[in-house]
Amino acid sequence: MRIALFVTCLGDVLFPEVGKATVAVLERLGHEVVFPQSQTCCGQMHTNTGYQHDAVGLVRHHVDVFERAIAAGCEAVVAPSGSCVGSVRHQHAALARREGDEALALRADAVAGRTFELSELLVDVLGVTDVGAAYPHRVTYHPTCHSLRLLGVGERPLQLLRAVRGIDLVELPAADTCCGFGGTFSVKNADTSTAMLADKMSSVLATRAEVVTAGDASCLMHIGGGLSRLRTGVRPVHLAEILASTS
Amino acid sequence: MSTFLGMPAGRVPGPAADTAVGQLTGNRSFPAAARDALGDTRLRRNLAHATATIRAKRASVVGEVPDWEALRDAGSAIKADTMARLPELLEELERNVTARGGTVHWARDAAEANGIVLDLVRATGADEVVKVKSMATQEIGLNEALEEAGITAHETDLAELIVQLGHDKPSHILVPAIHRGRAEIREIFAREMPDVDLATLTDEPSVLAAAARTHLRELFLRARVAVSGANFGIAETGTLTVVESEGNGRMCLTLPETLITVMGIEKVVPAWRDLEVFLQLLPRSSTGERMNPYTSMWTGVTPGDGPQDFHLVLLDNGRTRALADDLGRTALHCIRCSACLNVCPVYERTGGHAYGSVYPGPIGAVLTPFLTGVTGGHDPNDSLPYASSLCGACYDVCPVKINIPDLLVQLRAEHTEAHAAAHRLPSAEAAAMAAAAWVMSDPARFARAGRAAGTARHGIRRGRPLLPLPPPLNGWTASRDAPSPPAETFRDWWARTRGGRS
Repeated sequence: MRIALFVTCLGDVLFPEVGKATVAVLERLGHEVVFPQSQTCCGQMHTNTGYQHDAVGLVRHHVDVFERAIAAGCEAVVAPSGSCVGSVRHQHAALARREGDEALALRADAVAGRTFELSELLVDVLGVTDVGAAYPHRVTYHPTCHSLRLLGVGERPLQLLRAVRGIDLVELPAADTCCGFGGTFSVKNADTSTAMLADKMSSVLATRAEVVTAGDASCLMHIGGGLSRLRTGVRPVHLAEILASTS
Repeated sequence: MSTFLGMPAGRVPGPAADTAVGQLTGNRSFPAAARDALGDTRLRRNLAHATATIRAKRASVVGEVPDWEALRDAGSAIKADTMARLPELLEELERNVTARGGTVHWARDAAEANGIVLDLVRATGADEVVKVKSMATQEIGLNEALEEAGITAHETDLAELIVQLGHDKPSHILVPAIHRGRAEIREIFAREMPDVDLATLTDEPSVLAAAARTHLRELFLRARVAVSGANFGIAETGTLTVVESEGNGRMCLTLPETLITVMGIEKVVPAWRDLEVFLQLLPRSSTGERMNPYTSMWTGVTPGDGPQDFHLVLLDNGRTRALADDLGRTALHCIRCSACLNVCPVYERTGGHAYGSVYPGPIGAVLTPFLTGVTGGHDPNDSLPYASSLCGACYDVCPVKINIPDLLVQLRAEHTEAHAAAHRLPSAEAAAMAAAAWVMSDPARFARAGRAAGTARHGIRRGRPLLPLPPPLNGWTASRDAPSPPAETFRDWWARTRGGRS
């Protein structure tokens, strides 16, 4: 299958290894990955901070870029981020409608219909749970809020992780509680965000895992930023990187 | 009597809409109030324990209902239908209450409602009233208004009594004293109950309940006037409904000669059979019980039985303002179960007082600004829509499926747009957001910005920037290491290794 990668702005600029890992997993499974180079950002930060008008420009650009990719033969768009896929699927059309642009809303819905979070693409579209990965580490999985509640990815990431050779997967206590990131919430309400982070870190540390994984680089940046500030020795690793690993 | 309630007119409230007043605004923004609450270890412990207990109870009793999702859909549909024809339903309610011997009053805002209640109490000659737990009367500050006029209002719900005796404010819709532990409650009772036996008063829940019972019994037998709220007002029959756990509400609703009920206009439901849905949804969502112990219903006046003088005060106080907004009106669907508070990771850590309004938590963060309006400035309620990480746990548990995260996002837009409309210059945040959108709307600009971010890694040592970051970005580095930007962005790696193939 020919698949267009939506690497996300954060993945592009701060966490390129996540995008590289996504490419590696899909190519190993025999699929063709293309990277539409004019892509930028889904606009979620603008939308969720209250700048919907600014976000619509980004929505229009996103739809233009990935509509072209679909027209050029891509059957699916994949992003290694539950949050960004959530924005594409649940916010883009509504943003366009709020600006009175029904045509853009319909196009946005068409692109959203082809857009999948990585674990959704692997399990639902490509029908695989064993991607041939090996990762001999003690790992705990944080189901990020937007993957969990907005997309409903459910067990899919865990199905993928359980099939990884050598992994010691341990359950995270209070896993479905938010880590406190919430985009600009993390700076606008930094104290509350930090209190939530402290509890999430306690849960992670209680598992004695060496790695905390998730399907969102943004939440991992938050959890990892706290774990590293306290020099806990626990590192954040994106789900895609574990699935790409073979040693 | 006919009333104009404002019809949907897009998202901008029409000039006819009144803005709510009353106990709906604190004196500080949420982040400032939350900072203090987060440092209160006793509060944190009480809240963590209480919310975890009630969350588990709710999950257990909701899980045993096979058609729970269908019930939520039904609750949502009944409320949507109610809001679509609120004026006619309220007039139907008024006709039926009047026909059965009650008197209906219409209050535009908190001051008008308080004035109506005060006049009614004065007319009886009483100098005290007993109260059924009620959010509407908390919202309008009725106790304070009565107090000023020399009339004592006695709260009879145990938790409200704890709040009142503690000279405190409620911090939760259902369990207003959730922030208090039992040792604190003992201290309050020992200090404030005149006849309590200090020698035998311990902090055992049964002992504290017995002390409250003795204190309240005297009031129930003495009071000539009661004031209540209502969970539901049934248009087709004129029946009012209060659901509760303790039976103290039942005492107030049956013993006094005069009963005055203050009900928000959104509490009307079209038909008797609609209770089939809500009496399943409400107790399981709120107290985590299959059915609440006491459901009291009354229709006008029944000669020779119960209060012989019944008044219904229908309260607007910003509700038509919310109704006129096609998204805001869904916040009026709320049945005050407080399930969203109990699952909210923000509420669990800050408690209810940080929200300033009598309506705290996720629903308060949307309902309050829809009632009072957002100013675009530094009004404390403008900070409420931002008091959420948008984790979505509230939407999952809401028995009438209010999409609280969507409403929060919408209110954030209303805040920034109101700011832009009121100011010639954009805020620093708005300017930064516009600049980011300008960069991100063009791939070449975005690629250059990505490379520039890469060079910024030289300015970060072990997660800390070498130069202090400006607010609010320094909020990140206060507790979290900054990520170190890579030497090469993904797009540059792709271009280098794949030869620009796209």
